[in-house]
Amino acid sequence: MSRELRLPSLGADMDAGTLVEWRVRPGSRVRKGEVMALVETDKGIIDLECFEDSTVERLLVEPGTRVAVGTALALLAGEAAPATQVGSGAEVTAPAVRASPAARVRARVLGVALEGLAGTGLGGAVTLEDVERVARTAAAVPVAGKAAGLRAAIAAAMSRSKREIPHYYVQLTIDFGPAAAWLGAYNAHRPPLERLLPAVLLLKATATAAREFPAFNGFYTAQGFESAAVVNLGVAIALRGGGVVAPALLDADRKPLAQLMPELQGLVERARRGHLRSGEAASATLTVTSLGEEGADAVLPVIHPPQVAMIGFGSVLERPWVVDGRIEVRPVLGASLAADHRVTDGRQGAQFLARIRDGLSKPEAL
Amino acid sequence: MTGSLESRVLALLTEVAPDVDAALVLPDVDFREQFDFDSMDVYNFAVAIHRALGIDVPERDYRELSSLSRCVAYLERARIARTSSSST
Amino acid sequence: MSEARTTTTYREALREALRAALRADERVFLMGEDVGRYGGSFAVSKGLLAEFGEERVRDTPLSESAFVGAGIGAALGGLRPIVEIMTCNFSLLALDQILNNAATLCHMSGGQFPVPLVIRMSTGAGRQLAAQHSHSFEGWYAHIPGLRILAPATLADARGMLGSALHCPDPVLIFEHIALLTLEGELAAEAGDVDIRHAAVRRTGRDITVVTYGASLHKCLEAASELGREGIELEVIDLRTLRPLDDETIMGSVRRTHRLLVVDEGWRSGSLAAEVGMRAVEQAFFELDAPIARVCTEEVPVPYPRHLEDAALPSVARIAAEARRLVSRVP
Repeated sequence: MSRELRLPSLGADMDAGTLVEWRVRPGSRVRKGEVMALVETDKGIIDLECFEDSTVERLLVEPGTRVAVGTALALLAGEAAPATQVGSGAEVTAPAVRASPAARVRARVLGVALEGLAGTGLGGAVTLEDVERVARTAAAVPVAGKAAGLRAAIAAAMSRSKREIPHYYVQLTIDFGPAAAWLGAYNAHRPPLERLLPAVLLLKATATAAREFPAFNGFYTAQGFESAAVVNLGVAIALRGGGVVAPALLDADRKPLAQLMPELQGLVERARRGHLRSGEAASATLTVTSLGEEGADAVLPVIHPPQVAMIGFGSVLERPWVVDGRIEVRPVLGASLAADHRVTDGRQGAQFLARIRDGLSKPEAL
Repeated sequence: MTGSLESRVLALLTEVAPDVDAALVLPDVDFREQFDFDSMDVYNFAVAIHRALGIDVPERDYRELSSLSRCVAYLERARIARTSSSST
Repeated sequence: MSEARTTTTYREALREALRAALRADERVFLMGEDVGRYGGSFAVSKGLLAEFGEERVRDTPLSESAFVGAGIGAALGGLRPIVEIMTCNFSLLALDQILNNAATLCHMSGGQFPVPLVIRMSTGAGRQLAAQHSHSFEGWYAHIPGLRILAPATLADARGMLGSALHCPDPVLIFEHIALLTLEGELAAEAGDVDIRHAAVRRTGRDITVVTYGASLHKCLEAASELGREGIELEVIDLRTLRPLDDETIMGSVRRTHRLLVVDEGWRSGSLAAEVGMRAVEQAFFELDAPIARVCTEEVPVPYPRHLEDAALPSVARIAAEARRLVSRVP
């Protein structure tokens, strides 16, 4: 019983990828989660993981080949029916971009993302000229090749977001005192490797709250909103030299802090090396961005489609804070929510943020 | 002695941030300014220092790791403190 | 260095080609209905009987199957026959000879029996000859392996293709468009054989590749002039040889312009235009920046009334409109 390993969409803005290298051969036995191939995308090289235990029958695509999302890459033999990754973004395909074949080729060469481009050709198709115009505009800002591709991908995804998603925003200032104190005590008697970063608390608190507020955790597609069965928490990771990617911490709500920390560390490292795994590249069901270290009070995020919400955290800053009618100096944190008004309303948004605050007020329970 | 400590620190720095060119590191400028260092980088740096030099930098001293000269000076003090405490 | 040129017509160039061929090689002879005494249904062979005699210019009975078969036999026997079929619709009466004998014998005999036969026939509409005499069957014949199909659209090709065809070891069908017979122009005095392997770029331009042949070439060139004034540049390719197709010239142009318009007087379905378009999809898909477009004859038996016939055939206006559409931009 053979079935096909197909190239998944590793992001709403991805419609093709280049197979860089096979890590398996015909006859190889691979276990779920094992890396089968490396695929190059705008987000860098992504490790394509096996979705279930199988044996490789035949490889169908040569290294160096650029293939469209959905193309069969290999034939696998195994027991179960072809599985899709539960709750992952892999099965959410981007709406087809109407572009001429020549425009697609040119866009690839120039590192221009077609998604979100306004086409001027027949039927509104993106033409060669459209791609070259965008490339000329982009070229005015000197960005290196890879970065230009990533920048174009971000531009496309964010443009789509602002075009399609009616955002609303809710903000809440959170007393970070209890969390900071708990964290300080936790880290004080542990070696550097076992210490936690504040970000881990923020992520865990968000993931836990998301489980209780499923309307903020899932995908909005042509069929409408569907909440995800798991919480794969996207983490916005700034790359040195510009650009940001948001791979996911899988099942973030179910993992203890001591497990989330090394996973976050690994995720950041892979993102910065441009070497994400397919399972984490596009499976985020809700994303968090934290600009805490730049000294910003708060951040109003732009939702990454097809997700329906994004949480932003500003810096932890010492501020006057009223406690029992008296003013105290406390570390406070500006939390914000950007959410899709097609799915939720401000009241739910405020409740969601409040739930995150409550989680941070009892860090020992996270 | 300081020279060799500095080169070891530089090696750890480039291990944590492979895109940093050791030859171009400005000793007195914050890593954050020079290479967009963030808390994850500082965490990795502290882990690497602990592993390679055996020095456990407590979290409250992480700010001492913010630039090359500051870091080298701090680690030098830490080493002397450790040596003197172990000899008594 | 100025070349001596004479003013002539397509019809005279065809006749001159016949005359030169009959003069050049004793094995060459012309046969067909009314080619002798009457001078050919379209007066192409007028005067040749007197000049070359009944042995070399032979009137035949009204049986296409018989005289095409005789031509095949003569070619097998070592002669170089030129068979004229009045209009291409009559060639259907000889289709078995052409398809099953002329096209196959060389291949079925392992190369022992080549059939160096040339068949000339008129093709096309535009002269109010109604549904039974206005066909364009060159696309059909271009379907058949073993044949070489030529479509002269210019005076030089009308003058030169016959001689080249006679040098070809395979059966060659030459489709002479009736609307071009009166085409006038200058021709070099020493014009002779021409290359019959390649298409010709008749006008260069950077915006759209227009592939055509035969009488449609002149409509395309007229449309190109009109659009040139609007800043739209058509590159007009005259296929000349419809089988085998010169893919290299077509795709080379498509790679420059990224747009393809095929203009073909045949009916659209299953047409030569369909073949050219499909080859572009196969060979230059990733170069295409717009859908491939076609201007063909409307899918009706060609009407007799002038205004309906004009409406059915590819026209300068339709070609220009289609070209404008291909480069149009939505705001």
